[in-house]
Amino acid sequence: MQNTFIDKNPSVLWSLLGLSLFTVIVSICSEAAGTALISTSFLKTLGKTLCLCLVAVAMDVAWGYCGILSLGHFAFFGIGGYAIGMWLMYDRTKNIVVSSLESNILPATPEEITDAIGSQIFGVVGSSDFPLIWAFSHSLTLQLLAVLLVPGLLALVFGWFAFRSRVAGVYLSILTQAMTLALSLYLFQNDTGLRGNNGLSGLQNIPGLEAVSQATLSLWFFWSSALALAAGYLLFAWMTSGKFGSVIRAIRDNEARVRFLGYHVESYKLFIFTVTAMVAGVAGALYYPQAGIINPAEIAPIASIYLAVWVAIGGRGRLYGAVIGAAVVSLMSSWFTGGSAPDINLGGYVVKWTDWWLVLLGLTFVAVTLFFPKGIGGLIDLLPRKGERT
Amino acid sequence: MRSALIVLMLVICSAPAAIAQTLQPILQTHAAEISKPSRRSVGETLDAITRSSLPQATAFLEQWSEKKIWQRDDGLFFIGVADGNTLALTDIDTQAKSSAPKANYKQLKPNGGVRRLIGTALVQFQLIDPDLPRRETAVASIARRPEAAQLAPLLASIATETDPALKVRKTQLANFLSARFADEPADRIAAINSLATDTSVESRAVLNQILSVKPGVARTQPVGNIAAIHDPMDAPDAYYTALINEDLAPAKHTTADMKRTLKSNIVDGRIAGFSLAQMNDLETRKAAYAALATDGLVPVLITEDLRDASLNDHVFYDLYDEPNAEITAAAHRVLGSVTSRVATAQVADLTLDALSLASIFFLAAIGLAITFGVMGVINMAHGEFIMMGAYTGYVVQLFVPNYTVSLIIALPLAFAVTFGAGVVMERLVIRRLYHRPLETLLATFGISIALQQIAKNIFGTQARPLTSPDWLAGAWVFNDVIQISYIRIAIFVLALMFLGLIIYILKRTRLGLEVRAVTQNPGMASSMGIDPDRINMMTFGLGSGIAGIAGVAIGLYAKVTSEMGSDYIVQSFMTVVVGGVGNVWGTLAGAAMIGFGQKGIEWLNPSNTLAAQTYMIFFVILFIQFRPKGIVAQKGRAAGD
Repeated sequence: MQNTFIDKNPSVLWSLLGLSLFTVIVSICSEAAGTALISTSFLKTLGKTLCLCLVAVAMDVAWGYCGILSLGHFAFFGIGGYAIGMWLMYDRTKNIVVSSLESNILPATPEEITDAIGSQIFGVVGSSDFPLIWAFSHSLTLQLLAVLLVPGLLALVFGWFAFRSRVAGVYLSILTQAMTLALSLYLFQNDTGLRGNNGLSGLQNIPGLEAVSQATLSLWFFWSSALALAAGYLLFAWMTSGKFGSVIRAIRDNEARVRFLGYHVESYKLFIFTVTAMVAGVAGALYYPQAGIINPAEIAPIASIYLAVWVAIGGRGRLYGAVIGAAVVSLMSSWFTGGSAPDINLGGYVVKWTDWWLVLLGLTFVAVTLFFPKGIGGLIDLLPRKGERT
Repeated sequence: MRSALIVLMLVICSAPAAIAQTLQPILQTHAAEISKPSRRSVGETLDAITRSSLPQATAFLEQWSEKKIWQRDDGLFFIGVADGNTLALTDIDTQAKSSAPKANYKQLKPNGGVRRLIGTALVQFQLIDPDLPRRETAVASIARRPEAAQLAPLLASIATETDPALKVRKTQLANFLSARFADEPADRIAAINSLATDTSVESRAVLNQILSVKPGVARTQPVGNIAAIHDPMDAPDAYYTALINEDLAPAKHTTADMKRTLKSNIVDGRIAGFSLAQMNDLETRKAAYAALATDGLVPVLITEDLRDASLNDHVFYDLYDEPNAEITAAAHRVLGSVTSRVATAQVADLTLDALSLASIFFLAAIGLAITFGVMGVINMAHGEFIMMGAYTGYVVQLFVPNYTVSLIIALPLAFAVTFGAGVVMERLVIRRLYHRPLETLLATFGISIALQQIAKNIFGTQARPLTSPDWLAGAWVFNDVIQISYIRIAIFVLALMFLGLIIYILKRTRLGLEVRAVTQNPGMASSMGIDPDRINMMTFGLGSGIAGIAGVAIGLYAKVTSEMGSDYIVQSFMTVVVGGVGNVWGTLAGAAMIGFGQKGIEWLNPSNTLAAQTYMIFFVILFIQFRPKGIVAQKGRAAGD
């Protein structure tokens, strides 16, 4: 038997195959290909779901593989979204401003263009100056770097402070909650330079690609999300295999023992925390152009907790578990709260799913935690394996 | 002969008395002014009327002000009330009533300015009016609009004032008026110095009025009471605008003006020799403008150097309206000492607010601390227990209209409801998740989502009222700066009561003993015959019950919505994390630190409470670096992780 990576991790091959099949089927059914079996808005929902699967995989690596229950990972997702949103807004506003100033007799000076962009973007919060955060927003390359570096830096600093003082378990979870709450409160203020609770809007209009129809654009984003998910999956599958993966899992199971064996546990945890934060940032950068708008309510503490709910229901400790959990729960959530689920008539009282979905989700989560700790992924264990004797 | 002299004396004596008895002659002397009064000239008439010291003068002035004085064709004045076409008349001096057709009479209607002056004249009489409410109204009207003329009558009326509270108020007002209007500077300075201990807003307003300034600009420093000389380089554009307004400097052109001028000077697609396409650069535009200016077609552009030169040529000063430098110096000194007193009072007020906030956090967090200390379980549904308590209070108030009785019922009922809910949750969920704190956190979180949604379905999304009884409404006002509402005092008292109660339970009862034993070492405790399951259940119930009571208290002063729990859950967690686990004093210390910390940050940046919460969270994260186990940490081998 060969000792290749695929043989040691058969699930990776199956997952990637499944993802490719899914992508091909959806592409054929999309509007851009002509068949229009799937509407563009549902295509966007699928694309967004793939991004959520990516951030769930990152969360699973941090929690299911390394034991860091971070209830603030959605903050990194949001930061990635804000970083790319800043460039999208700046460039699109610049195109609008330049074309509107073209009709002037005197050609516009660079200062006039910048001032006009500033008042367009920040007029809603009553100012017209560019805050310091937007210093690099004119350059796509720099903002793409920011998508990776800013969440990474925040995770690095926060993680260094937290892991260094051996904060673990529930204390760490509470601190990550506090961190994401602090960030969302900070962004809600109007004077922090990100437009307060108006957030950044119009992100679905990609500057330079105005001629492309929304159907085709959504398809391209869908492909990019699928590609990102595949790349992230491979990255994490590789990271969690081999010796490094063994150390990570050992830290989850018994941190003190690993420390006594001579490993510098804090560095491993910090590395995992930072890398998962950066991947979450990338996922956010792909998600929000498909959503079209980002605002601080997105990174409220509850969003990060939903992330943990998805991973738990899907099956933590398995990468495909996170993907399944995120896909199933978020799609079901939008189906139930969208109003298309049928109401249940209990004689005296009509159960409307828009009101009761969250109750179902909460109780399911409790049931999964109590009785099905392996989640949906545990069902895969029931399949017979190669070489197993019954 | 002697009898003739006596008769003569009597006649002479009675004549002035006879003349002094009637107001009408005085009115006739000033008839022209009274029938057509003007603000500028009516003062003399008013003086004459008031100097007569006749009792009917007050009534006349009042009726005149209310437009109830009518003048007959022959010039005599009467008080009159119109009734259709007839007039019910009262004689001014004799009070004799009569009636006559309106046709022969003209109504006197003094305008607002004259009425004000009449009011001022009336004040002298009202200040010594035997009726107390009238005196108080007069004093209040002086306070609203202080004038120099009121000082003398006010001072005169203090000596004979019988009501002690009003006398104090009159003395205070007299001080204010002396400070501003007294004739002698020494009197004014004495009055100003006596204001040094008065921290009221009124007193500070008086001092600020004495110190009012007018800004000005001139080529050389003027003589007079200068308040300050400004350096124009602090805000060159603002000061240059002031120069422009005084016509001391030519107007500055903005870039928009420059653009307009350039556009209007386009000749054959070029501006002063530059092509239009070159105008997309600010420096080129300035060069083009300069070229136009040299040709004399446009005014010279005011560069920054020119602007600075003009600014430095002039002196920018603030001039006191009050010419006497000694008085302004005294006022300045007194204002400084008053401001520092006010700052001290503000610190006291802030301390009160911080104590109140800390007591709220303590009430919300103590239940959590107890369950975490005993069982190592963080209950994410703790916020929802607070919400349940608040909604219990609301439901009780729906059935019991008397607010005090409803509160007395609601508090134990909320305890019972949440105690029951906590016990149920413990038995069904938490018992199965021992030694798995992360799973417990998540399971309780699932319950919290479900509970929030159920509450939203039952009670709706809008806030429900939980009204406090009347004796809790209002605030305790110490002075202008220090005040705190009675509800907050009540919550503080409630928190203290609970502190005492919990310490009593933990230290003096059998249950408390068992709880402490299980906290320190569950294995050993069970070997000693203590049933850890039962203790865990009771502890969880107790913690949840306290959360319910905290919910009622919080609901009284904040809104009762289905989301109120999540407002307090993060703060409760941080109180527990900062304060340390397993000890009530730890929670108290944590609540105090977070309460005082948040209020302190709010004081530094009063307009922004969001920022205060953010920085507080950063501070807590940093604090954990230095004391990861909290302020009052569990020590010893039994203290697990």
